[in-house]
Amino acid sequence: MAATIAAHPLAPEQRAVTGRDLGWLCGCLVFVMAPHAMRVPWWLTAFAICLFAWRSYFAFTQRRLPSAWVLFAIAVLGMVAIGLEYRTIFGRASGIALLMIFAGLKLLEMRTHRDATMVVFLCYFLVLTNFLFTQSIPTAFVMFAALVAITGALVSFSAPQRKPVSNLRTAGLLLTHAIPIAAVLFVLFPRVQGPLWGMPQDAYSGVTGLTDTMSPGTLSQLSVSDAIAFRALFTGKAPSPRQLYWRGPVLWDYDGRTWRTGPRRWQQAEEVTGGEARFEYSVVLEPHNRNWLFALETAASLPPNAWLSHDGQIISVSEIRNRMRYEMVSVAGGQRPAEESRGSLARALALPPGFNPRTAAMALEWRGTITDHDAMLRHAIGWLRDQRFIYTLLPPMLGRDSVDEFLFDSKRGFCEHFSSAFVVLMRAAGVPARVVTGYQGGDVNPLDGYVTVRQAEAHAWAEVYIKDKWVRVDPTAVSMPGRLDSGMANSVPTGDPVPYLMRMDAAWLKSMRYNWEALTNRWNLWVLGYNTDRQREFLARIGFTDADWRNLATMLFTAVGLIIVALLAWSLKRLVRPDPVQQLWLKFCRKLAVAGLPREPHEGPLDFTGRAAQRFPAVAAAIVSVGERYIALRYGVVRHDADLAELKRTVREFRPA
Amino acid sequence: MAGTLTASSADRKGLLARLRAWWSDSHRATEHGPITLGHRRVYIMPTRIGMMFAATLVIMLVGSINYVLSLGFMLTFLLAGLAIAGMVHTVRNLARLVIVTGRAEPVFAGEAAQFRLFLENPAPWVRPAVMVRHEKSGAQTVTDIPASATAEIVLPVPAERRGWLAISRVRLETRYPIGFFRAWSYVQPDFRCLVYPRPEKTALPPSSPDASFGSRQAALQGNDDFSSLRTYQLADSPRHVAWKAVARSEDMLTKQFTGDASAELWLDWSLLPPGLELESKLSRMTGWVLASETGGLRYGLRLPGVIIQPAHGDTHRATCLTALALHDS
Repeated sequence: MAATIAAHPLAPEQRAVTGRDLGWLCGCLVFVMAPHAMRVPWWLTAFAICLFAWRSYFAFTQRRLPSAWVLFAIAVLGMVAIGLEYRTIFGRASGIALLMIFAGLKLLEMRTHRDATMVVFLCYFLVLTNFLFTQSIPTAFVMFAALVAITGALVSFSAPQRKPVSNLRTAGLLLTHAIPIAAVLFVLFPRVQGPLWGMPQDAYSGVTGLTDTMSPGTLSQLSVSDAIAFRALFTGKAPSPRQLYWRGPVLWDYDGRTWRTGPRRWQQAEEVTGGEARFEYSVVLEPHNRNWLFALETAASLPPNAWLSHDGQIISVSEIRNRMRYEMVSVAGGQRPAEESRGSLARALALPPGFNPRTAAMALEWRGTITDHDAMLRHAIGWLRDQRFIYTLLPPMLGRDSVDEFLFDSKRGFCEHFSSAFVVLMRAAGVPARVVTGYQGGDVNPLDGYVTVRQAEAHAWAEVYIKDKWVRVDPTAVSMPGRLDSGMANSVPTGDPVPYLMRMDAAWLKSMRYNWEALTNRWNLWVLGYNTDRQREFLARIGFTDADWRNLATMLFTAVGLIIVALLAWSLKRLVRPDPVQQLWLKFCRKLAVAGLPREPHEGPLDFTGRAAQRFPAVAAAIVSVGERYIALRYGVVRHDADLAELKRTVREFRPA
Repeated sequence: MAGTLTASSADRKGLLARLRAWWSDSHRATEHGPITLGHRRVYIMPTRIGMMFAATLVIMLVGSINYVLSLGFMLTFLLAGLAIAGMVHTVRNLARLVIVTGRAEPVFAGEAAQFRLFLENPAPWVRPAVMVRHEKSGAQTVTDIPASATAEIVLPVPAERRGWLAISRVRLETRYPIGFFRAWSYVQPDFRCLVYPRPEKTALPPSSPDASFGSRQAALQGNDDFSSLRTYQLADSPRHVAWKAVARSEDMLTKQFTGDASAELWLDWSLLPPGLELESKLSRMTGWVLASETGGLRYGLRLPGVIIQPAHGDTHRATCLTALALHDS
């Protein structure tokens, strides 16, 4: 009769999935997909939920799962639908949509714990996809909770009979033990600067920020956003609010509605002269998927891998797709020699023909009386101040001649209207001018000293070319002098939709906000911004200068090895200690064994001591006493401490030979 | 030069022999008494699921590098830490387990020997999903061992041949808690089960003249009529203990009966057809013993070299069957 080898009872492919497993996994999937559900089209969420419900129906009625052909057909259907929706199936968004459908389909072919484990891996992967969109502190906490739940599912596959709470506790314990290992790996794992290959086209969609064009409404749209553009930390003296002009794209070309940057030339970064004050600071720039960097006017240094354009913008060699930190030096009010070519000056005077006739007519009238550019500028500023313009986030819709309508009819506008109208007016009056966009202002956090600049502080101003120099003119500030000192939120009428954070007055709210922002900033710098440079910096700080990947690997393996040893020690620690009486008895038996009288396995203490007493008559009394005490202590009803002490002494002093 | 060579080869031989001895010591030899699974004898290897998890981690790591996701790194490393911690936990689920042998009641060949093992958990935590498997037969069971407690399991191992059936290698295995690793260990306790010959269903042999002579000789003890009380002897059946008398006095007393002399039977080796194979002979005699016992007869056993005086009862039956099981071995 050949012995039949039974199937392995612990093999996951041998164990059927229960309704409890299914419910748990569906819960985990919903947990990790919920944030995505807000980003994908509604029908996709509905589709995924239908697949979950369908699988639950099979579990409930105990019917056979659909065949592979049915699932294949659904998969094709889903891929076609996603392809039609996103126009591709290889992008980031469509990839996540596909994952959502496949998770549902995997559930529908989930029969054993092996399949269920694959669903668990899918859940882990879906956690990762959430980080493509946000890596904030709350996200980290929510996703850690998801991780405990998913790991609980994994544990329950190994011990199906246990209560879910026990499995969750085990999962929590495992993850707690994983944290030190993860921390060591995070700090020491040699970092490679990504990306490794081309990203899908849509990898960085949905980031807010300045663009290289400006038309009415661009900046006022941006000004309702709380999102942080960048943070800056000044070493030494911090600038006053009036000096906080963060330069961004410079716009030259106007088509009657939209301003554009147009072609860009490079310039040698020449020495900045003059100026009121010199500031040294570091900027932590949020990714905005464009290649310009922001710096206070006028930038006197250049970060690595960046160039200076002829109109004073700092341009990075690649798009800013990750949070980036750079050191800067700026001189407020400083100047760079700027001898503009005739081509440039022609661009700075060009106006589309046939637009804004009233503005053109007024400028022509001024040109009749004023010939000096300087005087013209002063005249225009004076005129602007005399008109009673209203600064608002909700300007009325403007028609074709938007500058005319703003200057003479509505007189209500946001900074893009002011700057655009002023530059058009100057050009019409024969003074070369251009629009500069960027940010104005910033909120100083008293806790860590960081100046936070939000999208809402996006601003546009003008530059006028006078006496071979570009001079900054802020028409918004000219009309609304309070804008610079009290900030945008306090300058607009009370009904305007200013971001909530910018209008908060309550002191405790403000301090809470500052705390939170300081924490977020540290998180951004040290956790999210931990890259090759930060790693080197950190290692240098703890005493390892020029650590290459070999040192890192050595340190890594040593540290992880130590943690494993610690864990093993922990796993042994809480064992019940052997009975001291038993230990003494074993010690006694060892002594006799060394003397040539090992105890036979079947021999009880009485038989053995009897035999030993015969063999070693010289110490027979001690042997008998040990036997009696051992029996009394181990099997007796009451255990006397005196007996134990006596046994200890006798065994210690016992010498058989 | 040649001298060194021979010396070194001799050394190697010695080393090999020593290695082999060590191997057979630690892996083949049966162990007496409670066996504690020390850390050193618990082996661990990743499972296929574990390999797939490693592949998933590589994909997640590459994704984190490519998209520069710091939290992605954190997640990947946390999961790597989970696997490493899980490895220690898997070992912990098996290590320091104590295996104690129980009793294995004798069975007949063709039945399954019921090897009873106790798994003692000295630790204050539960050890779920521990598999115990008899390697040779594939008999296996999965059990949870509660904290600081003992779980009892029975391995039904087919007994094919009469005689002593020693339990061979037993594997203890677990994949708890994460299933990425399997930890296992082998034990071979000093544990055996007596297997009686396979009984043949057969008619009783005719009473030989010798047998009737014997029956007159053997002091007419049966269990039909009560005759007297005597001091209890270890081999006496518990059914014959005079429990009432025991309750009165402190000594164990056994009731003695006078049986029907005519029902006494000698089961004699010489009655078997000489052409029969040894095992068949033993099978037939086993069948006789069972039939005699069921028939309420007093019977004796006469094997080459063994004579068991006629008697009746469970103990007598066991004595006879043991003699048959161990005949010629």
